[in-house]
Amino acid sequence: MTAIPLAPDISSGAYRVWQRNRDATLRNWKTEFLGIAIEPFAIILALGLALGRFVDLGRGENYVEFLAPGLLALFPMFAATFECAWGSYMRLEVQGTYESIVATPISVDDVITGEILWGTTRSLVNGTYILIVMFILNPWLHMVDSPLALLAIPIGILPGLLFSSISIAFASLARAMSHFAYFFNLIINPMFWFGGAFFPFDEMPEWVQIAGWFVPLKHVVDIYRGLITGNLEWSMLASLLWLAVFTLVFYVLAVKLMRRRLTH
Amino acid sequence: MTRALIEARGLVKHYGDFTAVDDISFNIREGECFGMLGPNGAGKTTTIRMITATSPLTAGELRVSGMDVTEDPRKVKAVLGVVPQDDNLDPDLLVRQNLEVYARYFGLGREEVRQRIDEALALFQLDDRTNSNVDDLSGGMQRRLTIARALVNNPQVLILDEPTTGLDPQARHLVWQQLRLLKSRGVTMLLTTHYMEEATHLCDRLVIMHRGKILIEGRPHDLIAEVAGPQVLELRLPSRERDALQAEFPQGDGVSVEQVEDLTYVFGGGTASAMAAERVGDPHRAHLRPGNMEDVFLLLTGRGLLD
Repeated sequence: MTAIPLAPDISSGAYRVWQRNRDATLRNWKTEFLGIAIEPFAIILALGLALGRFVDLGRGENYVEFLAPGLLALFPMFAATFECAWGSYMRLEVQGTYESIVATPISVDDVITGEILWGTTRSLVNGTYILIVMFILNPWLHMVDSPLALLAIPIGILPGLLFSSISIAFASLARAMSHFAYFFNLIINPMFWFGGAFFPFDEMPEWVQIAGWFVPLKHVVDIYRGLITGNLEWSMLASLLWLAVFTLVFYVLAVKLMRRRLTH
Repeated sequence: MTRALIEARGLVKHYGDFTAVDDISFNIREGECFGMLGPNGAGKTTTIRMITATSPLTAGELRVSGMDVTEDPRKVKAVLGVVPQDDNLDPDLLVRQNLEVYARYFGLGREEVRQRIDEALALFQLDDRTNSNVDDLSGGMQRRLTIARALVNNPQVLILDEPTTGLDPQARHLVWQQLRLLKSRGVTMLLTTHYMEEATHLCDRLVIMHRGKILIEGRPHDLIAEVAGPQVLELRLPSRERDALQAEFPQGDGVSVEQVEDLTYVFGGGTASAMAAERVGDPHRAHLRPGNMEDVFLLLTGRGLLD
């Protein structure tokens, strides 16, 4: 009994968990919707237009144009991490929701998979909306150069799964709400600032570029930058592969850690 | 003889060096209310977690409706209804949604369970709160909703882990009444409690657990009659007076005396107990009363209920 099989034990139960989260979210859709709707406009105006007036990257583009792929990567990342870090911890520890679900024919693996799929869904909704906002503002701000940008939506599934898995793996280790300060201050916030969203990485010292290779967000931003500008490069494929491998690693980790937490 | 829905053989659960459940065996038969009585830490909740396939067995064999818990966890859980010790209703969903979403976890569609949910809400007197927030319900209502939720899959066994802990007396009696009703409808129940009175009232058969072991098994009134005897003398006397009184009781011969803090209990004293109570003449200092489940526990563990 001590050996835990690596292969996840997944059934349609994962979808039931996804449905539960959907229903719970739709109950409060007005509050949820307001935050999602306003924020991209506020950020684009503040960072892109206001701050952008003082920033010249010397690359022949406005700062707001440079910012576009970063924003497309950042907002979905936050959607997934909030949902699967705090949200999952609430359901795990505070509300006892996981405990109530695993008493039914649904397995722990189903629960975690459903949660990750839901975090991914939220990040996709978020990313799609931001892309729409960019298209709407495009006549004035020229944030999107190529229709290839639409590919960011299906490709966004990968970072959605990755950030949801990382978050839920951390939630399974947290013993108190306050522990998320570590997660956000040591992992998510540095990634926010140093993920290549706000400044061009390729002009940084070499060691920063090497360190950047380990930052998941940077790979997402690189892929999106290629799609939005229409400049496809082979390195984007490498980044996709990087994301796929790390998604798998963190998914398995999340499942194993949560099994340990919930069945003892 | 009716078939056993839950069969446990040599059940053991270790947490590191700590033995939470220490080689217990029992059967729960179809249609009966089976009780597990014991203080906190006796191993009741751990046993339940093993039955509901959320705690792997260290050793032993455990079958629910003929299915092995370790091999077929999903099928086992499909035939159980679980009322956990702490309410874990879904606060993000309304009252009725709680039941519908829970039914969906069992693969049951909304239409399929519509009638069953209506009945459960009416039975537990929640039909006027279907669109309330769960957090707006009283503790008693939340507990009733949790029991109603455990019935949505029409379970073969309803498992209740301390169903009335934390409820006020009125809410507790309402829950008891509803459990009796379920029992009369033939619902098989496994109930844990540390309330002796609750176990005596509701259970057809029970085990007393202590430090992971089963101390005794039987029907509540049989256990009381066999272990505690029909009458118990309770003494609250200064030690010199008490010693003098105790000397009058025949030693051995089925008489036992237990001291718990400032109270002395004399079991099996027969007519000597009655005479002693009459002689003291003050029911606050010497009280003759019928035996109860608490006495059984006291005699088996040699001490009071300790948390």
